[in-house]
Amino acid sequence: MIELKSLSKHFGKSVVLDGINLTIEKGEIIVIIGPSGTGKSTLLRCINFLEHPTAGEITVGDLTVDVNRASRADILSLRRRTAFVFQNYALFANKTALENVAERLVVVDKWPKEKAYQRAREILERIGLADKADAYPASMSGGQQQRVGIGRAMATGAEVILFDEPTSSLDPEWVEEVLGLMQQLASERQTMMVVTHEMSFARDVADRVIFIDGGRIVEQGPPSEIFSNPQDPRTQDFLKKILATNSVG
Amino acid sequence: MDVLNVEYMLGLVPVLLGYLPLTLQLAGVAMVMALILACVFAVVRVLGIPVLNQLTIVFISFFRGTPLLVQLFLFYYGLPQLFSVLTVIDGVTATIMGLTLHFSAYMAESIRAAIIGVDRSQTEAALSIGMTNSQLMRRIILPQATRVALPTLMNYFIDMIKATSLAFTLGVTELMGATQKEASGSFLYFEAFIVAAVMYWIVVEILSQLQKYLEIRLNKAYSR
Repeated sequence: MIELKSLSKHFGKSVVLDGINLTIEKGEIIVIIGPSGTGKSTLLRCINFLEHPTAGEITVGDLTVDVNRASRADILSLRRRTAFVFQNYALFANKTALENVAERLVVVDKWPKEKAYQRAREILERIGLADKADAYPASMSGGQQQRVGIGRAMATGAEVILFDEPTSSLDPEWVEEVLGLMQQLASERQTMMVVTHEMSFARDVADRVIFIDGGRIVEQGPPSEIFSNPQDPRTQDFLKKILATNSVG
Repeated sequence: MDVLNVEYMLGLVPVLLGYLPLTLQLAGVAMVMALILACVFAVVRVLGIPVLNQLTIVFISFFRGTPLLVQLFLFYYGLPQLFSVLTVIDGVTATIMGLTLHFSAYMAESIRAAIIGVDRSQTEAALSIGMTNSQLMRRIILPQATRVALPTLMNYFIDMIKATSLAFTLGVTELMGATQKEASGSFLYFEAFIVAAVMYWIVVEILSQLQKYLEIRLNKAYSR
């Protein structure tokens, strides 16, 4: 279970997150939508301290951290309970697909190499990239790289995987395979928080859609409600704009 | 112009070859120590560790800003004058100290640049899977920075091998010192020094080939 209490982030004088309160159940699939620059990515990045939140409290599983009193050890264990999928994949360029997936198990969890690579191979199998085990990121397509990025997140065994616009840098031809993999994970009830502009994914896969604007949660609910009957004018406005350009309609 | 005394030159080759190991040893030991030191300096600079960062900046500025020969004389003649215990410093030790500190200052800057050049998002990815800063450096950043810095570092190593010849001013009989002695015995200066020059040249050429080989190997991960 994940719980955020009054989570805030200020960059200088600008308030990017303005007291976010949110509880996520184990196995829940959350999709976060909203206009650009409204703190969606920052929210994800604050949960694992890639950005240091300004105030609030973060609970992941049995660990609760007051962000102003977070020690180095707290931050490390918070990061080890979450996993992150980056917009630009961010694979380790000096490591093969297999090594990218196994890295966490070898370095952080101190598994014996044999066992870690065995597990990494199983994951590559699941994401359909068994034949790319020894390939380096530079020789893979964007879609393959992002799937390895998701595989690396899966290997962590984290309580939640945070997806930060995972398909935004992809050529259109690779978007489907990445969304497909995410859908597969969702069907296995992997807890996920996804920031995306893919409205069809939100509608088909999410248990709950959260609309964020101005650093606050404006509206949330099951996709059927949010998409067909948005209450807040800002949600209505946003959806009208994005659905006009999205093929979902 | 007299004809070159080729017979003398050929006879000199095995004699001078006997001193080549010391030359390589001076450069080899200094290179390893300089590399370690340079990595530490570079990491201190990149992470901006307070106090250490400022000290490193001053250190680098001094050792880049003054001639190597002056530094060698400072270590060999200067320090023992101030601290009598340091008279134990012999020419070889002083040379290694000088080369290490001098070249570490240069190498620190190129390693730092190479570290900064590694895509920032990989740092975030490493942190996101729960790596510590030192794991991040050792496993992700430094291996990639090495590849970028390798050509420059090899250049410094080549430079260092040639700079070992300054050790003869501290009374060390390495390749240059030995040549000097042979030449002043035979008065065949040109012959003696051309033999020494070719020896340095061959060593450097071998290293250049090694560099090419290493570059190809390190680039393996990055070719499409």
